[in-house]
Amino acid sequence: MERRVVITGCSAITPIGHGRDPIVESLLKGVSGVKPLREDELISRFIHSKVYGTVDYPINYDFKRQFRKTMAPCSYYACQVAKEVLEQSGLPEDFITSGKMGVAFGSIHGSPTVQRDIYRTFFGASDKKDYQTIGAVDYLKSMVHTTAVNITKMFGITGRVISSGTACTTSSQSIGYGYESVKFGMQEAMLCGGADEYDTITVAVFDNLLACSTAFNNEPARTPRPFDKLRDGLVVAEGAGAVMLEEYELARKRGAQILAEVIGFACNNNGGDLILPNLTGITNTLKLGVENAKVNPQDVDLVSAHATATKMGDIIEAQAINAVFGNHPYVVGLKGYMGHTMAACGSIETILSLYMMQDGFIAPTLNLEEIDERCAMIKHVQKLIEHPVKTAAIQNFAFGGVNTILLIRKFS
Amino acid sequence: MGMTRQEIEREVKSIFQREFEIENPGMDDDLRETYEFDSIDAIELLLEIERFLGSELSQEEKKQAMDIRTINQICDYIERIIQTRKASAVK
Repeated sequence: MERRVVITGCSAITPIGHGRDPIVESLLKGVSGVKPLREDELISRFIHSKVYGTVDYPINYDFKRQFRKTMAPCSYYACQVAKEVLEQSGLPEDFITSGKMGVAFGSIHGSPTVQRDIYRTFFGASDKKDYQTIGAVDYLKSMVHTTAVNITKMFGITGRVISSGTACTTSSQSIGYGYESVKFGMQEAMLCGGADEYDTITVAVFDNLLACSTAFNNEPARTPRPFDKLRDGLVVAEGAGAVMLEEYELARKRGAQILAEVIGFACNNNGGDLILPNLTGITNTLKLGVENAKVNPQDVDLVSAHATATKMGDIIEAQAINAVFGNHPYVVGLKGYMGHTMAACGSIETILSLYMMQDGFIAPTLNLEEIDERCAMIKHVQKLIEHPVKTAAIQNFAFGGVNTILLIRKFS
Repeated sequence: MGMTRQEIEREVKSIFQREFEIENPGMDDDLRETYEFDSIDAIELLLEIERFLGSELSQEEKKQAMDIRTINQICDYIERIIQTRKASAVK
C-alpha cells in the first residue's frame, strides 16, 4: 500500500525569526541570524570560532508545570513548534490521542545544558550530598529522545515514536521516516521535526576538527558563506522545526489546508569515513531520492543544499548536484542566513523551501558574493528572484556518513 | 528536631508552592487526581523532605512514601520520621 502524504502544518523557531512572517521577511531582506558567541564561563574562551546562529528574541511559552518539569531548552523549542503545527493542522484532539498519529522528533544529543550540569556535579562532587543534587528528572530532560516524548506527553499522542539522533540529518530523517510511516499505512499522521538548543560544546567539537568559521569573528553576519570563495567553515546554530504529515485522503476529507506534498525521501550511508564528504555516497542519495519521488531530475526547480560552508563539503555537494540535476535547478544554501541548526536544519530548510514555494520566490544564498569556481557548475542564486517553485529537493548530510534527500511538491 | 504539626504543615505547603506551583492544597485532596502530582514529583518531594529534616531517608523509608496521596499523609509521614530519629537518638 502506497498512499500520498501531505503537509498540513509547519512552524519553525530560527535565528532569523519564529513563525512564517518574520522568517519570510528575513529571507526577503537578507537578514542574518548569526551573532557573537556568548561567554559561557567554561569553554567558550578556548574556542577559535566566536560566532553562533542565535535565537535572541523572547518566546512566550505557556506550558504548565507538569510539562515543564521534564523539559530542557531543546524541548521548549520542540513543544512550542509542535503546538503551533498541531493548531495549524486543525486535527481534532480525539484523533491526536487515538494512536493513529505518531511523533518523529530528535535532537543531536538530548540537552547539553542539562548534561553539562550533571557532569559538573558528578566530577565536582565530594560527598553523597553533592551527588544527590543530580535531579530525579535530569535524565528525562537530557536523554536523546527527550524532545519526542515531551511532545507526546504534552499533547497525549499515543502513536509510534521515532527519534533519530543522527547529527545533521536528525530532522530530515524525522520527516523521511514519518513520511514512510504514513505512506505505507503504519500511521495516519506524523508530527515530525527536530530541535537543538544553544550549546558551546557542539561549537568546540567542530572547532577542534577545524570545521568552524573563524575569519569573520568580528563581522558575524558575513558568515557562514556557502559556496563562496571566502567561506571558511560552518557556524553552529540553534532552533527547531516541525511539520505535520498527514495521509492525503484524511486531509482532503476533513477539509484541511494542504501546504505541500511530500513526494520522496531517500537515505543512505557512505559506508566508510565518518567525517569526510563522499561524492559517490551523496550522488547516490540524490539519485535514490529522485527515483523514490518518481520524478525526472529536470522536474526539480529548487535544491536546498546542505551547504554548511566547509571547504570540501560544498565542492562535493555541488559536484553531486551537477551530476544528478545538471545545471537546471536553482540551488540555495539556506545556512547562509542562520548557520547550522544541527538537528533542526533538515526540518527548518524544508519549511523555508515550502515558504518559498508558496510565495513564488527564491531567496539568494546569503554571503555568496564570489562563487568558488570549484562550486560553479550549478545554478546559484545571488539575488532574490521571483520564480515559481513546483518541486523542491532538500538535501542534508551528517557526520557518520549519513545522507538524506527529501522531495516536496507544490500541492495542486 | 522538635516541630509542631503546624510547623510541618506550613513547611510542606511552602514546598508545594515553591517546587510544584501548587497553592494552598486542601489537606485531604488527592494530589494525583487534583493536581496531577505524579511519581516524578514524589521523588522530588522526598529530596525536599530530606533537605527540610537535614536527615537522609533510607531506601525503605522512601518506599513507604510511595503510597502517600494527601498533604495530611505527607505530614504524618514526616512526623513518623521525626519520631524514629528521636527514638534512635535516645538509644
